[in-house]
Parts: sequence; structure tokens; C-alpha cells
Amino acid sequence: MSPRITIATSARVLMQLRHDPRTIAMLLVVPSLLMSLLWWIYDGGRMFDLIGPALLAIFPFLVMFLVTSIATLRERTTGTLERLLAMPTGKLDFLLGYALAFGAVALVQATLTATVAVGLLDMRATGPTWILVAVAVFDALLGVALGLFVSAFAATEFQVVQFMPALILPQFLLCGLLVPRAELPGILEPISDVLPLSYAVDAMLEVQAVAEPSVTGDVAVVVGFSLALLALGAATLRRRTP
Amino acid sequence: MGTAPDIAVRARGLRVVRGERTVLDDFDLEVRQGTLTGLLGPSGSGKSTLMRAIVGVQKVAGGTIEVLGQPAGSKPLRHRVGYVTQSPSVYGDLTVRQNLWYFAKVLGAPSTDVDRAIEQVDLTSHAHQLVGRLSGGQHSRVSLATALLGEPEVLVLDEPTVGLDPVLRVELWGLFHRLAESGVTLLVSSHVMDEAERCERLVLLREGAVLADDTLPDLLARTGTADAEQAFLKLIERADSEVKES
Ligand SMILES: Nc1ncnc2c1ncn2[C@@H]1O[C@H](COP(=O)(O)OP(=O)(O)OP(=O)(O)O)[C@@H](O)[C@H]1O
Ligand SMILES: [Mg+2]
Repeated sequence: MSPRITIATSARVLMQLRHDPRTIAMLLVVPSLLMSLLWWIYDGGRMFDLIGPALLAIFPFLVMFLVTSIATLRERTTGTLERLLAMPTGKLDFLLGYALAFGAVALVQATLTATVAVGLLDMRATGPTWILVAVAVFDALLGVALGLFVSAFAATEFQVVQFMPALILPQFLLCGLLVPRAELPGILEPISDVLPLSYAVDAMLEVQAVAEPSVTGDVAVVVGFSLALLALGAATLRRRTP
Repeated sequence: MGTAPDIAVRARGLRVVRGERTVLDDFDLEVRQGTLTGLLGPSGSGKSTLMRAIVGVQKVAGGTIEVLGQPAGSKPLRHRVGYVTQSPSVYGDLTVRQNLWYFAKVLGAPSTDVDRAIEQVDLTSHAHQLVGRLSGGQHSRVSLATALLGEPEVLVLDEPTVGLDPVLRVELWGLFHRLAESGVTLLVSSHVMDEAERCERLVLLREGAVLADDTLPDLLARTGTADAEQAFLKLIERADSEVKES
């Protein structure tokens, strides 16, 4: 692993993004718009305060998953990944390069969304806003890690997009947003216990409810999942292919 | 068993299986340092597969392949071997310069290499254009420029001049020769026979086997033909009739 290559890779990923202003606009504006829609649906009431923070956890996870999986799939199919691995690039340089770049984007995205939610839409969370933002960034990194991993199992962009309903939607349904996790029937509760998004949303609900929230446990689980997925992702980056 | 100091590439009993096909079987090849070798052969004969094996991105089923005395693809070789894939592998959503900047960083090459490489493939006037908006030939030249970064001792170029006009082709072959004279070992695949005539040595592949491995004059003498194209047609014809007889 080489810091020079890792940082150059992050810079390159951000440069690619900079040539794509439409994607930047979508990344930064859409979550705030959806947040506003949510506010409108609940007429700015109590439900908005309850669901808003959880949504702040789901956006970055979903969006970074999509962006990363498609970007890495492209690297695999256009031969740039093969070229990089034939050069002195380490697998970790590649993975961390992406994680750093999209982590930075997620930080901007989450800050913006949280500012709109708290400042403009008057979302009331009991705990401090900065923890909401911090948790959102970890969720984004989880999305990056999952996207890197999943891209190995898709041959086309069509397939990658199909992973969203297959892998993300169930996590969304079971994360405790629709029905509190403790009230999920039968085997669904233990299933939700092994899905990373559950912990991300748990952390957000904690910040929502408690003035001095302790989210380290939940965040640690999210980080653990991310690291495991990155390790699995590294195993799918093959220097030699058939 | 070490490799003699002036041998840049040595394959011994190399065997590569891709999907259901055995593409290379018991394949031997030696390339001396500082030479320019042309790799020719019909489509599907295994040129790209051999090149991938040399740079160490191809899964190999058997045999050995060494580059500069080290196993192909091993870590110390990764900045000593430059490689251009058959289809250009650069970022379409970056400019020419940004692409080269990035690959130079990865290689740890000095930033002055960037402009030098762009100049060498004659893209200086397009340096700030997005690669995705370049013509096909310009696009592949960006890919070629990437392989010129740093100071590669071995250059493996898979059809680097395909789709380029004659003027540019002559220029690039001039560059390849200058590199060979300065000690770089080049292995260049091509479909264009008049390009083959610029190589010191020609290796003709057919169905994963070496059909001929000679200098151009020897090849012409042996086949009694006037140019490389006819020589190859003749060799392939001969091989085909041998197959039928047996
Ligand atoms: N990714 C792959 N998976 C399975 N088989 C492959 C793959 N790529 C190539 N092959 C097979 O390997 C054989 C040799 O292919 P290769 O690309 O080395 O040929 P080539 O000589 O470079 O041809 P061309 O001149 O058309 O580029 C072909 O029969 C091809 O079908
Ligand atoms: Mg080929």
C-alpha cells in the first residue's frame, strides 16, 4: 500500500466527478429535496422529527452504493482496473482511494442535508446535529464498501442497478423505520440484527431521542461491516484474470 | 535456473486456458533485451493472450514465464514493464492530461513525463480535452502515452497503431525504434503487414503456436516471397495443408 497512490486515486475519482456536474448536483440536492418532501408529507409534524434522522442515514448509504458500484464496474470493464493492478497499485490503494473520495462527498452531502433539515425544516432531534452528520458519513462509507464488493458480481450496469432492490430495499424494510425492530414478527427481528443498515438507523434514532446519545456501539458495528466488506472487496480484485 | 542477462522475456512450456479453449499450449519464446519484435497472426491466434501473460494479468495454467529475470507480473516488475491493452484503457471522463497525471502518480514518475508522453503521441494540442470526446485513434494514443510514462524497460504494445493514419504510424514506429536503440525491449502486435516490415524480428502465431520466428529477409528467402504479407499467407497455407495431410 502506498499513500501516494491512495491519495492520487482519491483525487482522480473526484476529478472524474468534477467533469460530471449533473451527478454532483444530484448528489448534493436530491437528499435535501427528499427531506423537504418528507417534511411536506407529514406537514412538518412529529413524524417528520422521528423519521427525518433515519432518512439521513439511508440517503448516503443508498447513493454511495450506487455511485461506487457503477464506477468500479466501469473500471473493471474498461480495463483501467487491470492496468492499475499491472502497475504498482495495491488493492488497498484502490479501495481506500474510492472510500476517501466518496467519504468526502458524503461529508458535504450529509452536512448540507442536515443543515436543510435542522435549519430550514426545523427538524427536532434531541441530540447534537454533528453526530447525525458523523453517522451519515459512516453510512456513506458502508455504501462505498458494499458497492465495491457488489461490483465484482455484476457484468453490466443493468445488473448492478438490480442489486439495489435486492440488497438495499430489504435492509430498508427491516431497519426499524417502518416497524420498530423489536416489534418485527418472528424470524425477521434476528434477520434485522445482522443487517448493517439497522445499526445505522439505530444510531440515528438514538440521537433523535437522547440528549447525550451513545452511538459508538452502533457506529462500531457499521464500521465493522464496512471493513469486512472492504476485505471481501479486496479479495474480488484480481490481478490475474482468466 | 536464472535467465541470461540479455534475455528480457522467456516463456517455457507456457500453457494458457481461456474458458473452454486452450489458447497457448507448451509455448516457448525468448526475446532479447533492446530489440523490437513484431507479433503477428490471424485474429484469435493468441497474441493478446501472450501479451497478457507477459505483463502478468493472465491466469496461466502451466509452464513458466519470466521477464527481466523475474516471474512475470511480480512486484518489482510493475514499474519496469509498460503495457498497452488492445482496447484503450484510460478514463473517458478525464482530460488527456489528467489521465496521464494520474498514471504518472501511480508509477511515481516525475511530472515532467506527462508533457513528454503527450508530446510523443502528438496530442499536445488536445491535452485539455476530455478523452471521451476524442476520435478513436486519439483515444488509443492516450492509452499508448500512458505506457511511455516513467522509464519502462519492457514495452508490451497490443496493436498500438490500429486506426492511425500513415503519417502518425511512421512517427510512432520511429519512436519505437529509438526506444529499442536506447535499450528498451519492445513487443508489438499488429495486423498491418507493412508495419511488420519495420521489426527486426517477426513472430507469427497461429492457433497458439509459433509458425515462424525470423528476421524479415530470412523469412522472405525461406518462403520465396517478396513481402511479409505474402510470406505469411504462404506459411499459413503450408501449415494448413500439412494439417490436412496428416
Ligand atoms: N476473456 C476471454 N474468455 C475466454 N476466451 C477468450 C477471452 N479472450 C479471448 N479468448 C479466446 O482466446 C483466444 C485468443 O484470443 P486473443 O485475444 O489472444 O487473440 P488475438 O490474437 O489477440 O486476436 P486479435 O487479433 O483479434 O486481437 C480466442 O480464441 C478467444 O476466443
Ligand atoms: Mg488481440
